[in-house]
Amino acid sequence: MSEAPPSGSASTVARQRVEPGAVADDSLLVAMAQIQPRLGDVATNLAQHLGVIGEAAKQGADLVVFPELSLTGYFLKDLVPEVAVRLDSDEVRELAAACRATTALVGCVLESDSSRFHNAVLVLGDGVVRHVHRKVYLPTYGLFDEQRYLAAGERFETFGVAAAGRARSWRAGVLICEDMWHPSSVALLARQDVDVFLCPSASPGRGVLRGEALGTASSYDVMTRTYAQLYTSYLVYCNRTGYEDGVNFWGGSRVVKPDGTIARDPAGSEAALVYERLERSELRRARIETPLLRDERHDVNDAETDRLRGRRNA
Amino acid sequence: MPVTETSTSTAPLRIDSPVVCRILEGFIDHEVHKVGFDRVVVGLSGGIDSSLVTALACRALGQEHVTPVIMPYRDSAPSSEADARLVCERLGLTPELVDITPQVDAYFTRFPDADRTRRGNKMARERMSILYDRSMALGALVLGTSNKSELLLGYGTLFGDMASALNPIGDLYKTQVFELARAVELPEPVVTKAPSADLWAGQSDEEDLGIRYATVDVVLYHLVDERMRVEEVVALGFDAAVVEDVRRRVRTSQYKRRPPLIAKLSNRTIDRDFRYPRDWGR
Repeated sequence: MSEAPPSGSASTVARQRVEPGAVADDSLLVAMAQIQPRLGDVATNLAQHLGVIGEAAKQGADLVVFPELSLTGYFLKDLVPEVAVRLDSDEVRELAAACRATTALVGCVLESDSSRFHNAVLVLGDGVVRHVHRKVYLPTYGLFDEQRYLAAGERFETFGVAAAGRARSWRAGVLICEDMWHPSSVALLARQDVDVFLCPSASPGRGVLRGEALGTASSYDVMTRTYAQLYTSYLVYCNRTGYEDGVNFWGGSRVVKPDGTIARDPAGSEAALVYERLERSELRRARIETPLLRDERHDVNDAETDRLRGRRNA
Repeated sequence: MPVTETSTSTAPLRIDSPVVCRILEGFIDHEVHKVGFDRVVVGLSGGIDSSLVTALACRALGQEHVTPVIMPYRDSAPSSEADARLVCERLGLTPELVDITPQVDAYFTRFPDADRTRRGNKMARERMSILYDRSMALGALVLGTSNKSELLLGYGTLFGDMASALNPIGDLYKTQVFELARAVELPEPVVTKAPSADLWAGQSDEEDLGIRYATVDVVLYHLVDERMRVEEVVALGFDAAVVEDVRRRVRTSQYKRRPPLIAKLSNRTIDRDFRYPRDWGR
């Protein structure tokens, strides 16, 4: 990353360069920006984002995924309104302007016209905000307190990301951290024919009993691989790193392939900018081998949902 | 008080030491540097908790950024200072030595009848005041050395040994501290001796508490981490009186784990509806 890391000697950024080689016919080069945001310091984080986007663009990345709340840090508490941006904020304009050839997913607190504050991901491309996902599931238990400070989103929508110079785009949907813990979120995106789940996260590391490795890391390993395999889709998981008020974020960003295998060893717990190339041919092969999406019975799902809705209202 | 024995195993408390070390070293490194410091000061008693914290700090920051302070009282066991020096030698540290006898004794000439608990608390608070003075003098953050067992049982002196800027081991039970201490290869005498606050001659944690750490830690683990009810823990094979006693200690010492109560008057009272992260802007 071209910007100085915000703090701490451990925030030195390791770089994984793109391997030179033939570019496959239809592929998408994704950069996972496993950064350590500075808590509550939007200006510093914005500079870091612009640096990373510039670096990834230079490497030819089609898509840069930042972690959840990457522009602000996670345990914000009463800082939420102070660090919020609006769609017409200067910060958003600056980020959008940096995203021409490259699309970026940036995590922020997004303030609505009615002064609601959402944990949101902005999809920036072609110099504009192309899509917004507002986190639907706000964890409020254990060490989490999101519903106290934030408003919940209500939709899971998809958008297209095109590789440079290619007409055919990749259909993508965003799941922010806790959204992933509710399989119905994933199913809703899959039903809209996504090729890739994009999952920005701010997952605190916990659970250190023996045989468990890091408990949270194991959970996400199972979850990301299961979703990719069951929906024969790519899954990009970008978690943050660093510490906030003594809580560590465990990193581990990775791309999971449509057969449920991890493209390469997940990133460690240090800051890193990791590249992975998604191949349309892999997606195609997985769906030929295991045509689960073709066989999905949306009619049964709809009918049963109607029946259960009726029963609940009865 | 006699020490209660049970055969219930500490196996559920086993930790993945390399993962824990990595997280704790990162914790010290990040949280120290984030606030603009690059060094720490630790009160080193020669016991396992402060020795472990000192070792972790050395791994995180390098030994040239760690200042151990040995603060004996005239009644302290000579072996404590010897063990503290052994730890320093092993880690390549030069400790500071501050004998607290004059300042403690000067105070108690006014209160010669003070019992050993009052004296012990005073010693712990004198040590705290020294550490915070060294903190200012050296530009070093004070590392805490209270473990989860002590914190949950309230077995510590409020504003004394419980005071610190950062506590790397406050989420580790004593049993886990032992395991990690072996993993970082603390000197054998430090790991094998009986735990003691060493506030008076012959003091023993387990005698003070009336229960072995091996037992109390497993009870605490099930009550706190596994959120079991008292009856559920008793059903595991623990003495009901012991489980009840542990639960009572946790409840009655809750005040020690919280900041002082502030009388609510305005709409925004500190820590109640004025909630900011400590790492605000860091």
